[in-house]
This record gives sequence, C-alpha cells and structure tokens, in this order.
Amino acid sequence: MSDLLAAVAQVSALIAALALVHRPLGDYMARVYSSERHLRVERWMYRAVGADPDAEMRWPAYLRGVLAFSLVSVSLLYLLQRVQDKLPLSLGFAPIDPDQAFNTAASFVSNTNWQSYSGETAMSHLTQTAGLAVQNFVSAAVGMAVAIAMVRGFARSRTGELGNFWADLVRGVVRILLPISAVAAVVLVALGAVQNFADIHSVTTLTGDHQRLTGGAVASQEAIKDLGTNGGGFYNANSAHPFENPNGISNLLEIFLLLVIPFSLPRTFGTLVGSVRQGYAIVAAMAGIWLAGVIAVTWLEFAHPGAASQLAGGSMEGKEQRFGEGGSSLFAVSTTMTSTGSVDSFHDSFQGLSGGVLLFGMMIGEIAPGGVGSGLYGMLVMAVVAVFLAGLMVGRTPEYLGKKLGSRQIKLAACFILITPALVLIGTAVAMATGEGESSMTNTGAHGFSEVLYAYTSASNNNGSAFAGFGADTVYHNTALGLCMLLGRFLPMVFVLALAGSLAGQTPVPATAGTLRSDKPLFTGVLVATIVVVAGLTFFPALALGPLAEGLAV
Amino acid sequence: MNTSVRNTIRLLWGALRALLVLTVATGVLYPLAVTGIAQAAFHDKANGSKVRAEGREVGSRLIGQKWNIPGTDRPDPKWFQPRPSNSDYDPLATGSSQLGASDERLVKAVRKAREQVAAFNDVPAAKVPADAATGSASAVDPDISPAYADIQIPRVARANHLTQAQVTKLVHEHTEGRDAGFLGEPRVNVLELNLSLRHLAEH
Repeated sequence: MSDLLAAVAQVSALIAALALVHRPLGDYMARVYSSERHLRVERWMYRAVGADPDAEMRWPAYLRGVLAFSLVSVSLLYLLQRVQDKLPLSLGFAPIDPDQAFNTAASFVSNTNWQSYSGETAMSHLTQTAGLAVQNFVSAAVGMAVAIAMVRGFARSRTGELGNFWADLVRGVVRILLPISAVAAVVLVALGAVQNFADIHSVTTLTGDHQRLTGGAVASQEAIKDLGTNGGGFYNANSAHPFENPNGISNLLEIFLLLVIPFSLPRTFGTLVGSVRQGYAIVAAMAGIWLAGVIAVTWLEFAHPGAASQLAGGSMEGKEQRFGEGGSSLFAVSTTMTSTGSVDSFHDSFQGLSGGVLLFGMMIGEIAPGGVGSGLYGMLVMAVVAVFLAGLMVGRTPEYLGKKLGSRQIKLAACFILITPALVLIGTAVAMATGEGESSMTNTGAHGFSEVLYAYTSASNNNGSAFAGFGADTVYHNTALGLCMLLGRFLPMVFVLALAGSLAGQTPVPATAGTLRSDKPLFTGVLVATIVVVAGLTFFPALALGPLAEGLAV
Repeated sequence: MNTSVRNTIRLLWGALRALLVLTVATGVLYPLAVTGIAQAAFHDKANGSKVRAEGREVGSRLIGQKWNIPGTDRPDPKWFQPRPSNSDYDPLATGSSQLGASDERLVKAVRKAREQVAAFNDVPAAKVPADAATGSASAVDPDISPAYADIQIPRVARANHLTQAQVTKLVHEHTEGRDAGFLGEPRVNVLELNLSLRHLAEH
C-alpha cells in the first residue's frame, strides 16, 4: 500500500469511527445533562461540596461558580508546584519558579496545557497526577458545562435559569470523562504506553553505554489529555514520545479521543433543542473545515516543498518513523482545530504553508470541531453571527432556534469574537515591539515571526501546541502568555453565559415562511463562509508576514 | 462583614471543597485504578517494554539508543544505526531540532547527515532515505525505515563476518508492516534487530 493510500485509509477509518460513535455518545451526553437522577457517588460529592445540585442558577450565579472554581484551581495548582520538593514522589525535582508556576497553572486550568517546562525533568509524579492530570479532567468538564448552559439558553424559554454548575461539573467528570478515560488508558497500556510510579533508572546498553529511562503514570494522563482536548504531555516530546504513543494504532486512537467529544456534542445540542438536524448543520460546518485542513496539510507534507525537506527526500524532520507524514499530518490538524495542542510531531518543522494552515485552524477560534464544550459554544456564537448577517441581507429581524437576535445578543456575540483576536494580535505586536519575541526565536525571518505568532495564537485560543523552537520560558512570556490563556478562556465564557441567559429569558417566536432554515445545507455554507471571512479579515495581515511569506518564498 | 463578602467566601470555600473532592477522584483513585489494572494485566508494557540480554536489562524496545564505538561518539560499523537524534538518545531530553523546513541550518544538517550516512555505508547520497537524514520528533525514535535498514546491510554484514544473505534475512524478519495493515509506516526496530544480529554473529 502506498503512503498516500494508507493516509487516505486512515482518515476514512477515523471518520467512520466518529460517525459510528457520535450518535450514542451524543445522546448519552444529552441524557447525562438532563437527567433528574443523581448517582450515589455524586450525592456524596455534593454533600462534601455543600452544594444543592437541583438548585437552578441564573447566568450570573452560573458564571460565579465557573470563576470561583477556576480561581481556586489556579491558586492550588500554583501552590502545588511551588512546594513540590517538600511533598512525596518528588523525584528530587526543585520547586518551579514563580513565573513558570503561574504560567503552568493558568495553562492547565484554562484547558490550554501550554508547557513552558519539560515534563520529564521538572514536574514530580505528585504534581503530574494530583495537579496537572486533575485539571485535565475538570477544565474539560467546565468547558462542557458552559456549552450545556449555552444549549439550555436556546432550549429553554421564559426563564433565566441555565442549570446548576456544580451538578454539570460533577456529572461531566463522573459520567463522561472518567469512564471513557479509564477504558482508553487501559487500551493504551495494552498497546505499549507505560503506567507506573517508578523512579528514573539507568541501564547499561549492549555497547556499554548508559541510558536513563523514565517511568510515570503516563497512560492515565494520556487518555484524558486527548479526550479532554487538553494536550499537556507527560514528556517534553508529548505524543511523539514512544511511551505516550507507541504505534500506529495508538496514534489513531489518540486522534479519535481528541475528536470524539467535540464531534458528538452537536448531536447533544440537537437532541436538547428538539431537532437533531440543527446539530447536523453545525457538525457539517465543523467537519467540512476540519477535512479541508487535513487534506491541505497532508498534501503539503507529502509534497514537501521546503528546501531541507527536498534535500532529505521527505518531510521527516521532527516526525517519528512509525507515524510518517500521513499520521503526523492528521494528528497535527486534529490537535490544532480542537483545543488540544498535544503533538505527535513538531509543527515548527512542518512545511511553511502547513504551519499556516495549522495557525488558521486555531485562529478561527478552534470551533472545527474545537475543544470539549468550547468548540460547541464558539460555533454557536458564530451561528448567531451568521444568522444575523443573513438577516441583514434580507432585511428581517434575525432569529435562531426560535429566539430573536436583538442588539443585546449581537453585542455579546461580537464581544465574544473580538476577544481572542485582540489578545493574539496585541500580544504578538507587543512581544515583537519590545524585542521579547525576537530574543525567543529559534528560527529567523518569516519563520521566526511565525513562532511568536503561533505562541500567542495558541495561548489565547487555549490550544497549547507550539512552534516549539520558541523559547517560552522567560519571565516575560510566562507572564504574558499566562494572562492570554486566562483572558482567552474566561472572558469569552462571560459573554457566552450572558448570551445564554438572555436567550433563556425570551418567549419563543414561531417559525414563519421567512425564517432562515438553520437546519439546511445552505445555512452550513453561510456559517462556514462567515467563519472564514471573520478570521481571514482579522488575521490575514499577520499570516502574510509569517507562514505565507515563508511558503511563497520556496 | 457585609453579605457580599460573606457570600464570596462561602462560594470560594465550596469551590475549594469541590476541587479537593474531584482531586481525590481523578488525581488519586483514577491513576491508582489504572495503574493497578495495567500492572496486573500488562505488566511488561506498563513498565516500559524492557529488553533483557546477558541476564540484565539493556534498554526498552520503545526507546531508541545510540550504537557508537564504546567510549567514542563515532557510529560502530557492526551495528545497525538509528536516525539522527537531537538529544543523542537521552530520554531525559526528548524533543526535536524545531528548525523550519526551509531553514538554512536544517539544509546544512540534512546535507551533512546524508553525506555521512552515504560515506559510512558506501552508497550514493541519492540512496539515503529521508528518515536517515532527519531528526525524529522524540529524539528517541526506536525505529528506522526498511530502506535505511537495507542500505546498512552490506556494511553490517562485513563488520560482523556474516553473509549479506544472512543479514538481509534478519532485516526482513524484523521489518514490521503498517499496524493493522494501514496505520503508521513500515519500520524496523533497531534494538531488536541488533540483538538478533549479535546472537547470529556470536553463533
């Protein structure tokens, strides 16, 4: 089988698996978030938390829950890193410096999992499992909770109530993330991923050389890292490390894990608003953009126009032999278009234009299909904008799913879509203007600029992947990127919940002959066009200076 | 104390308790349960797929090694050689060069690697496959392409006083196809190949 044919077969298998699973999983998630029953273990948890899971919250209360939980999470994770040397399982590692500890805490709580540290030589076993891995679960569950609150905004009427944050948080962890992760982790171990609490130990090789081998609770973290679209690797090489991702099967499993919830949530949305076709219109837009990205990057990597790749006869720099160009391209697009950011190959060494596609995948706001939860609410905000634009064209008051989109709703949606571009562009501009950007570059010229742009794009959109040549571990970048991650995560949530609250309070308007049908292919087309135009207009100048300049210079 | 401050404190206290409860579930019970199952059901794999020879552990089948002449940093002709590594195969410093696909330094590094591999194996530079001239992502890639193994056969056979047919057979035995027929790339695990090679050369 030729490499290209194998790549096509691989994408086809992935799509088939997602198509098969999205329906039962999407319906299951809809039941999880609308069930009136509490599991016994959940009741214990609510008692320990002191929360009444049946108390409905209006949007400000829901938001306060999100923010309080996240603030406590950042503080505790910061503290854990600062005192890790005094706790058990420290491996003898020193405490993390304040700026890096802040960066890492912001990173994991915001579901970004940007890493300015190197896992195998910085974080103790305890920090990894009781700190970082916990945030892998709960930050993902927070994202899903906010998405469900948004869906309730569309599904409910004449009430401002969006559900109970604590119940949504606990159910997301207990009923969705934990069971799937546990199964996936065991499968990963069966494929070869490690799972132990061993110390670093030295072996003498056949040539008499010494090699230090590492251990760790890798598989358990790998599973939730992908499933929760987190992306923070146990090791520096992330999912390129053979202990995290041992072969072609584990590679496809990990890609499947990072796509499965984002691609199933539109089904949940459709079920909860009473029309699964509404969900399919959304998922079609997500899938279309994702597939276009996969085709573009796979084609570019196989064509390998870059000078060094031409000389080598393939784009294998920064790629593993067991994945090759096909498996690496599929992983790269899937990780940047979700908010995952784990990598099985290093994007810095991809072809120049491939880097541009990956950047664009993040710049559209990570909504194709996006992070768990954040992808769905981001896409729904874009749907609101698309309906509004279509309404302007025909001169009608826009309405979506029976809810009027008046000036308040459009203002909130506009604020939402302005936040991350502002963080990306201002962050990049300030870093370049102050010289902080240039001093952290590994590459020079257009590619060097791409490294800085990629860093601020990745952080602000809560992706976490990197053009890893970028030297991120400076006080300036740790602080600036940390702020970008927090603001890029929680400011949009403010507007999403406010929007959801305003929608839930409305009385539904009946659909008429003039209503834009949002469950038709035409709407999917309008939606994709809106996304591409909004992101394109915002980011084209910056892209022209980086990956486009590099790609066209070849 | 006014009510809003009191409410905020109550909220944060509740949030802290929620985080601690979830930490017990996801940060303690979950990894311990997975570790327990993994250690019981897949003991070898969970502990890093260790490879033993001469009655001792000599590495992991998943972690690449360097195969230099002892005490030097020159490749030993009697072993199959791995891909270039950004960290000299130190598993505590995984990662790649991060150089762009058109970067001048990468062009230089690729050219140098091609020339070295070509000279070392006595083949024209055009026969050097891509994986032999480029650094892997992890820096501990355990595999090479079958093409890279092929060009090493004559040199390895000579250095070990074996026939090319013997070594070719060995390489074929250690060539893994795509996983499940279509996933990943065909590859040869260097450590396992070299272990078998040693066995063959000694008997």
